Amino acid sequence: MSDNRETVLSSLRRALGRSGPVDDDTATKLRARMVGHARNTVPARTALDDAALVELFETMAKKVHATVAHVPNMSDVPGAVGDYLRGENLPSEIVMAPDVTLDAAPWEENALLEIRRGVPVESDQVSVTSAPAAVAETGTLAMFSGPSHPSTLNFIPETHVVVLPKGRVVKSYEDVWDAIRAQAADPESGRDGQLPRTVNFITGPSRSGDIEQTLLLGAHGPRRLHIVIVDGE
Amino acid sequence: MKVSTTRNFKANAAEQLANETLRAALTKSKGHFTDSRAIAAENLPEFEDLRDQSRDIKDHTIENLDFYLEAYEARVKESGGHVHWARTAEDARNIVLEICKSVDAKAVNKGKSMISEECAINEMLEENGIRAVETDLGEYIIQLRGETPSHIIAPAVHLTKGQVEESFRANHTHLDPDRILEEPPTLLDEARTILRQKYFEAEVGMTGANLLVAETGSSIIVTNEGNGDLSQLIPKVHIVLASIEKIVPTLEDAATILRVLARSATGQEFSSYTTMSTGPKREGDPDGPEEYHVILLDNGRTDMIGTEFQEMLRCIRCGACMNHCPVYQSVGGHAYGWVYPGPMGSVLSPGLLGVDEAGHLPNASTFCGRCEEVCPVRIPLPKLMRNWREQEFEKHLSPGAVRVGLGLWSFFARHPKLYQLATGIQMRVLARAGRARGRLSSVPLAKGWTKYRDLPAPEGRTFQSRWKSGERPQ
Repeated sequence: MSDNRETVLSSLRRALGRSGPVDDDTATKLRARMVGHARNTVPARTALDDAALVELFETMAKKVHATVAHVPNMSDVPGAVGDYLRGENLPSEIVMAPDVTLDAAPWEENALLEIRRGVPVESDQVSVTSAPAAVAETGTLAMFSGPSHPSTLNFIPETHVVVLPKGRVVKSYEDVWDAIRAQAADPESGRDGQLPRTVNFITGPSRSGDIEQTLLLGAHGPRRLHIVIVDGE
Repeated sequence: MKVSTTRNFKANAAEQLANETLRAALTKSKGHFTDSRAIAAENLPEFEDLRDQSRDIKDHTIENLDFYLEAYEARVKESGGHVHWARTAEDARNIVLEICKSVDAKAVNKGKSMISEECAINEMLEENGIRAVETDLGEYIIQLRGETPSHIIAPAVHLTKGQVEESFRANHTHLDPDRILEEPPTLLDEARTILRQKYFEAEVGMTGANLLVAETGSSIIVTNEGNGDLSQLIPKVHIVLASIEKIVPTLEDAATILRVLARSATGQEFSSYTTMSTGPKREGDPDGPEEYHVILLDNGRTDMIGTEFQEMLRCIRCGACMNHCPVYQSVGGHAYGWVYPGPMGSVLSPGLLGVDEAGHLPNASTFCGRCEEVCPVRIPLPKLMRNWREQEFEKHLSPGAVRVGLGLWSFFARHPKLYQLATGIQMRVLARAGRARGRLSSVPLAKGWTKYRDLPAPEGRTFQSRWKSGERPQ
């Protein structure tokens, strides 16, 4: 199919009024544009201080039917997760990301929770992950795939509980792009210069309007998205 | 390529107009998307600026498309993925089949993709004994019914819940026939349960792409259900089928377009899931596909570049134009006879199929201009439709009656005195004929209008003659 490649590229060039690739000057400019990462307009609604930014995130997330709880510290997270599951009448077996953020919570002290770490299977009802970032602009969580975060945890179980230390709330999607680029470049991150295979922006639970435009939650992904914001350090 | 019946637009439209169930479905959906879009636009003061910037990003990319495609290709390869080039729909089908055969695939799970419709991928898979499973709820429903999507983002918008129930009962025969299945939530639950099992059975997952990012070699999809994610994360192979104009230079450019996409489409500020995929799973990743393939489809798009229709390649497939189109809202998407309905289809389809095949479609417009008003990338859709009409006329493809009528009109338009005389007589005759009721239910040579509605009878004099005699608005 390599002749297809040549045919498409050469007919493109002809249509654009050129006989070959762009000239060197143009190529230099285009390359500079690609690595310059210049931002276009970023909505001003996120020009806020840190506390107001977390508030905006929460308001926007609730608008799209996520639920939000606050805890003072990481040590309070297992209790809050247990309370939520009991309150919603959900099973206490959870599949949890093998993630250092979550390691910091004393899960073993909550005897009622039955925890498995790793990849979910079809029958798993509840997943718990952390979020490396959250975008205040639209109440959006950002998830990066990697050894400590199987992406299927974000989609297979019916209930997804997300632990979010409040310092991870950023303003815009552009802030998330900067974060993944920085991670790729950081030798300590284990990313080896690469972006995560999958970046999931998640804004509320799964939904569909395909039957008579009626909004229904839980189409294929989670029916419930519960965010536990950790307010302390 | 998918077989088209665009030549039969007039007959198709007449048939759809007489379809009571379609009327009911379209009436129910009316206003949902348009109201939400208006609210979303109002809630974002920067919305108009973002539309300008999105237009500029797309224009810039298309002007340098060969450069960005090569840059994108290099990055996909660096991240461990494969890039395949398809000049035609047939090329795309062959590539998909080859990949499926390489892993001995029995089933392919599919996220919603209009390019897949354009290339008739499902038909090809079935012919080769491979099960194609549409996983988007709307696509799943129409696949059961053997139909095609009637809207680019709401494929089953032409159906009522009663029809969905009927299809589920006819197809899910292993379930209790006495189960209650009337309301949308029970229908969704049933589809969720059935599709759930299928996610774990397929060897290949296929998605389209809303955007391809040259800087990183990533593909981005936007969904609400999460089916596109399960389709690409669980199977061994992920195939992305995308047309060449989906490229943007950087992630920042992608962010800008994403800000106008969901707002224009459903009126959401952001869709539930925006997913960026780069290559296959990395060493140490506990899940994700082992192979990542991108098929870059041309299929007639390069032929539009450098022509008056180049602006059409800005389209980001949000569906706003059809949501706001009075013609689409009356006849529904199937009347258009091919993959892309509504105003964007009326411009794109003649570009991809040829004006002799799809030249009827640009006539399906009242030129009210709503489509252009709401288009997030400001495509001048009415102007482009007019351009196609001109080509249709020049190529002598329009019907004889239309040509004679237009010829007569242009003669009178070039002779103002005669024009005024003729219209004056016409007005008086029509006014007399409609005196009793104030409306006319049949007029010679105007059956196209009076077949479906009455013509209001004129009151006796033309605008020009009233103006000339000094009459002015109060």
